[in-house]
Amino acid sequence: MLHIVNKSPFQTSTLDTCLRMAQPGNALLLIEDGIYAATVGSATEDRIRACCATLKVYALQPDMDARGVTAKLIDGVTLVDYGGFVDLTVEHHTSHSWL
Amino acid sequence: MSEQQAAPAGGPKVKKFMFVNRKAPYGTIYALESLEVVLITATFDQDVSLVFIDDGVYELVKGQQTKGIGIKNFSPSYRALDGYDVEKLYVDQASLTQRGLTEKDLLVPVEVLDAQKMGQLMAQQDVILSF
Repeated sequence: MLHIVNKSPFQTSTLDTCLRMAQPGNALLLIEDGIYAATVGSATEDRIRACCATLKVYALQPDMDARGVTAKLIDGVTLVDYGGFVDLTVEHHTSHSWL
Repeated sequence: MSEQQAAPAGGPKVKKFMFVNRKAPYGTIYALESLEVVLITATFDQDVSLVFIDDGVYELVKGQQTKGIGIKNFSPSYRALDGYDVEKLYVDQASLTQRGLTEKDLLVPVEVLDAQKMGQLMAQQDVILSF
């Protein structure tokens, strides 16, 4: 299944809860303010690096570009564009847009 | 977990719908909106599950008295879900513990699950709606 997180990890517990429940083999797509979790030097860096071992982690490039942090992307996280976003929702039977 | 109901012959496929509730009841409108959508979905004979995670567990706390804030107390409606054949209510163990709550504090019977079981249950759904 695909988990979609759009909230900054510094503002809400959404990412924490999502990672607590995500199963090995699931995909995680970070969008909007959620992309800050995938930046080098942030407090979430270690957690994102660790979950890359069991989850496929993606970040929406237009949201990273808009926020000026694309160059800080943690390696192991895959950038996708809007078309890639659509592909992910098609590839996975279940999508959960965490709120 | 009960099996998915068989679709009526020639009728539409019954889908597994999960409603994920993660907000406390009166600070925002999410909890009430979720409950309304749940009741609508149940009307269409779908396989409905409700899960309560993070502040969502506060929606089920017994003894809510809302007269003083001038908002309708909708918590009794959770007791009515049974009448709509919505019987699958799941609560995240860690969310209860973190808030000093136990099953005894809740106004409806629920199944308490750990994060692993909750994650597995999510992955089995056709549709997940988050509130």
